[in-house]
Amino acid sequence: MALEFTGVTKTFTLPDGKDLTAVRDINFTVGQGEFVSVVGPSGCGKSTILSMTAGLYQPTSGAVRVSGEVVTKPNPHVGFMLQKDLLLPWRTIIKNVEFGLESRGVPKAERRERALFELDRCHLKGFEDHYPYQLSGGMRQRAALARTLAIDPAIILLDEPFSALDAQTKLLIQNSFAETIQEAGITTLLITHDLSEAVIMSDRVLVLSERPGTVMREIPIDLPDRAHPLKRRQMPEIHQHASEIFTLLRLDQRAA
Amino acid sequence: MSQASTQKLVAVAILALLLLIWQFLPPALGVPKYIVPTVSDMLTELGRMYRRENLIANVASTAIFTVLGFAIGSALGAAIGYLLGLSAFWERVLSPYILALQIAPKVAFAPLFIMWFGYNSTPKLLVTVLIVFFPVLVNVLAAMKTVDRDMVNLARAYSLNRWEIFKKVEFPSTLPNLMAGLRIASTLAVIGVTVGELVGGNTGLGFLISYGGGQANAAMVFNAIVLLTIIGIVLYSVLVWAEERLLHYIPKKDH
Ligand SMILES: Nc1ncnc2c1ncn2[C@@H]1O[C@H](COP(=O)(O)OP(=O)(O)O)[C@@H](O)[C@H]1O
Ligand SMILES: [Mg+2]
Repeated sequence: MALEFTGVTKTFTLPDGKDLTAVRDINFTVGQGEFVSVVGPSGCGKSTILSMTAGLYQPTSGAVRVSGEVVTKPNPHVGFMLQKDLLLPWRTIIKNVEFGLESRGVPKAERRERALFELDRCHLKGFEDHYPYQLSGGMRQRAALARTLAIDPAIILLDEPFSALDAQTKLLIQNSFAETIQEAGITTLLITHDLSEAVIMSDRVLVLSERPGTVMREIPIDLPDRAHPLKRRQMPEIHQHASEIFTLLRLDQRAA
Repeated sequence: MSQASTQKLVAVAILALLLLIWQFLPPALGVPKYIVPTVSDMLTELGRMYRRENLIANVASTAIFTVLGFAIGSALGAAIGYLLGLSAFWERVLSPYILALQIAPKVAFAPLFIMWFGYNSTPKLLVTVLIVFFPVLVNVLAAMKTVDRDMVNLARAYSLNRWEIFKKVEFPSTLPNLMAGLRIASTLAVIGVTVGELVGGNTGLGFLISYGGGQANAAMVFNAIVLLTIIGIVLYSVLVWAEERLLHYIPKKDH
């Protein structure tokens, strides 16, 4: 198993001393090379799941395992990306891509070579020496993906990486991410509040309950063309899956 | 004509107009020159100061202590700002003292420093260091507190150690605020030195102000003020120049 949550509960102690349980008894696994999405109401602990996988903090109880090993500290085999691209504005794009490699003792020449390779793979050839402010939002997210891939992660974690993009850019970037990730064969956990995004991009969708979040349902998406969300969008099954999740989250009742 | 050259032309015209008003309005209103000297009075006095009052040495002394006080004060302010920024504990423990010292009028320490160190350069240097210190410290500290937590987490996830996180993420993030603090500090440095020289000096432009004031020589006082302003402007411009180069990656806003 590439990623495994067993009985994971996370309780935060708030500044006023009260406890807040963000997620409760989370169990799921993600297989090697699999693309799994996590959807759920806002505040149900999706980002908490990501932070625990990245090793930024530990569960209160239960265990998170990456490639079979319990995560106890920031894990060099996990790459993550947020809605914000987190590119360092004072570095050129290629220097940003190299950022993750610098503390790993990768020699300079090799760093550069790997960064160039990833930039090429993410369709950013020719933008090496640009600064982040000179790139569009979509290009910046692709640069962030290149940086994430450069560390050669076992898993990448994506926390709503497309939600700040406009509708058209979003479709194109989803497609290029899906292609790149499939090609690289990397296990991916995508956190999103966009139900159709979850369905068109994933092998499987985990639906979380309201806080404290727990896995209500796992929905396998048995459809071809995972690397081409634009193609998948045309398939009628997509809408069935999306409406199933919609019903699970009781979005209709909540609107009432 | 391009907009830039129009702008320049208007600026020069305004300057010329101001100088003309200065030259002709006070005499026209019957204001005597020991109250408001005219431009030509000031130029004549400047020549006399050059020959008689060691003008060059006085300007050099003030300029050197401004730069020295600015450099020491901002280095200390930045160093302590970053140290406190790295330690929430010490920041909380020391913040009341910082606030008190920040509010206390620093120039009022000048007579005290003279009592302690005598009539030499130490008091004016100390006043300058003290006055420069706080804006830099406060700016750096505020910037350290607002460094993007997600950026720091990303660095942690990439296994950077504490020092590398500071060097590669926190310090560059705070650079705009540091530069803003330095800019404010550069204008205050001139005030620090001037007060030090006014209160107890026998060199520098501040001394010439109190000396000229004692002799009812308004032209000398005006000249010294102008020269102090020029020293301040030069220091400020150097910082703006450095800032533009250092922060080239921040897109310029169009007005
Ligand atoms: N470091 C933290 N300290 C205290 N509470 C937190 C912390 N991180 C998250 N929470 C709380 O945990 C809950 C889940 O947060 P999060 O995982 O960000 O939700 P989601 O990403 O699903 O919107 C929220 O109520 C949030 O306020
Ligand atoms: Mg979130």
